[in-house]
Amino acid sequence: MKNSPSIDERLEMHRRMIVVRTLEERLGELHKAGKTRGPIHRCDGQEAVGIGATAMLSDADFITSTHRGHAHYIGKGLKVEGVTAEILGRETGYCGGRAGHMLIGDPSKGMIGGNAIVGASIPAAAGMALSIQVRGGSEVAMCFFGDGAAQTGICHESMNMAGLWRLPMVFVLEHNQFGLTVHHSVQSPVENLSMRGAGYAIPSEIVDGNDVVAVYRAVSAAVERARRGEGPTIIEAKTYRIEGFSTSDMGGYQKEEDLIAWKERDPIRISQLSLLEAVGKAKLDEIEAAAVAEVDKSVEDALAAPLPTFSVFQQTSPYAKAV
Amino acid sequence: MTKMRYAEALNQALREEMLRDPTVFLFGEDIGRYGGVFKVTRGLMEEFGQSRVRDTPISEQALAAMAVTASMTGTRPVLEIMYADFMPLVLDALINQASIYEYLWKDVSMPFVLRTQGGGGAGAGAQHSKSLDSLVAHIPGIKVVAPVTPADAKGLLKSAIRDRQPVVFLEHKLLYNLRDDVPDGDDVLVEIGKARKVTEGRDVSIFATSRMVLESQKAAELLEKDGISAEVIDLRSLRPLDIETVTQSIAHTHNAVVVNEGWRFCGYAAELSATIMEQCFDDLDAPVARVTLPDMPVPYSEPLEMAVLPNAAKIADAVRSTLK
Repeated sequence: MKNSPSIDERLEMHRRMIVVRTLEERLGELHKAGKTRGPIHRCDGQEAVGIGATAMLSDADFITSTHRGHAHYIGKGLKVEGVTAEILGRETGYCGGRAGHMLIGDPSKGMIGGNAIVGASIPAAAGMALSIQVRGGSEVAMCFFGDGAAQTGICHESMNMAGLWRLPMVFVLEHNQFGLTVHHSVQSPVENLSMRGAGYAIPSEIVDGNDVVAVYRAVSAAVERARRGEGPTIIEAKTYRIEGFSTSDMGGYQKEEDLIAWKERDPIRISQLSLLEAVGKAKLDEIEAAAVAEVDKSVEDALAAPLPTFSVFQQTSPYAKAV
Repeated sequence: MTKMRYAEALNQALREEMLRDPTVFLFGEDIGRYGGVFKVTRGLMEEFGQSRVRDTPISEQALAAMAVTASMTGTRPVLEIMYADFMPLVLDALINQASIYEYLWKDVSMPFVLRTQGGGGAGAGAQHSKSLDSLVAHIPGIKVVAPVTPADAKGLLKSAIRDRQPVVFLEHKLLYNLRDDVPDGDDVLVEIGKARKVTEGRDVSIFATSRMVLESQKAAELLEKDGISAEVIDLRSLRPLDIETVTQSIAHTHNAVVVNEGWRFCGYAAELSATIMEQCFDDLDAPVARVTLPDMPVPYSEPLEMAVLPNAAKIADAVRSTLK
């Protein structure tokens, strides 16, 4: 099938999903142990979207992310040690502890960047796509956003301009069913948010967001379309947020039967089953063990790394005084 | 030197920078075929095409956010926001996006310019007459300039386009037809962050922004008749502020009056007064006086609007009270 990932690519996506899942689990533990600061937004259960949608991009392509961006960071090729160290506020983190988990950016990888204002990732990618179009470049800009962000006014403004100008971008709607604690049925009169694309002359497709191969196929076709100058596409990936909104979420609003049903369809399990026949259990075990070890080492290294020291950044803050 | 209108000087700056640098592009409402409601972009779409001079939908919030990221990824966008009154719609892009990235990620630059115009005096009513300088000057990481003369309009806009940081470029609706000399040459830049001494004086320093510089000049003429010599300083750059020129002027005159067309409470004039008080306390003979818009909407009818706008008479009165 056209746009299908090779076995090697599927193994790499599998590995990255395990890196993300392990990171999320470790962060949950570190939060309970009081070793993290602020809320952390885990993406357990949604790994296939972030990993599958970024796997075909190069460093020159741009993505913008949300406040729930760990799978996007790892998918775009950021190293887990830099991500973990940033989340733990260390000097060795991607942004030297200045950004925290929601705002990680690495322009050299086209990861610009996490965004904790819901909806803001959407015009951010549209601006990058506008820049590509004005320059006549061949890159693609991709935004991740959730069903909550789809309700913001800026989402509509951005889609309108993207459709109007045929901007080289891909909208990846990570439909995880919840805007904080509120179910999408209480936020929108329509179930399939991608149908809004029709209002902006943007084609759309709904995919199983827990199947990394399905996500890859749909998104890579959209990426090719954008590169050909044919304009934007909306990919609505249906998935589910297994954990709470953040590490400080007390829960209680997700239906038990939904949690059970979606855990049955865990993206990592689906990936494992689909690869088992092709590569065998031993190979998968080896990849999984290496991924877990890599994350564990990143946590260990980060905890041992120095905390940053403060200095005023005069370049953009000429009036700031050292405290 | 060539005599031209303020709007023409801006047009020339845009044109020259677009010719010089193919990554400069313009977008905004009605700026293309129509040439902008204040005619600043007239003829540019015809010359540079619809890719580099774009008419946009009425979507200020997204446009500003797009300017931020387009500037981070290889272009130098110049966005026109038709009226400063619409600036609240773009504040997320400035406050939550543009102002943080260079600090967080270090190796990014954001060379975009957000042009807008504000101010009262044209009978445009409460949603088309405000000066929201304070709102944008409050944000670390954003430069804010407000030229008064055609020469500064051109030189500062060229500098703003070439700057590696975001610049909010504040024009004034009553200045577009002002005609004056503009130096010839493509590379006549005006440095951002430098104030301009408009008139020399000995008794009081009047620090003014945007069109209030012209009212302050008139006030200086009125005061001269009373034997008072006022030094008028056009700040030009609201942020960064040229504190050196401010302190030197006060060291010379020992009195200060600050004039800004924005609201009084927590306004730009308040910031300037506090800065002067902190840095020049020993040089001052009297408290710093403020002349601003009162804390209320700008009314429509002419006598009502004229009653609230700062003007030469109000500035002269503030000077007289300061010198008492």
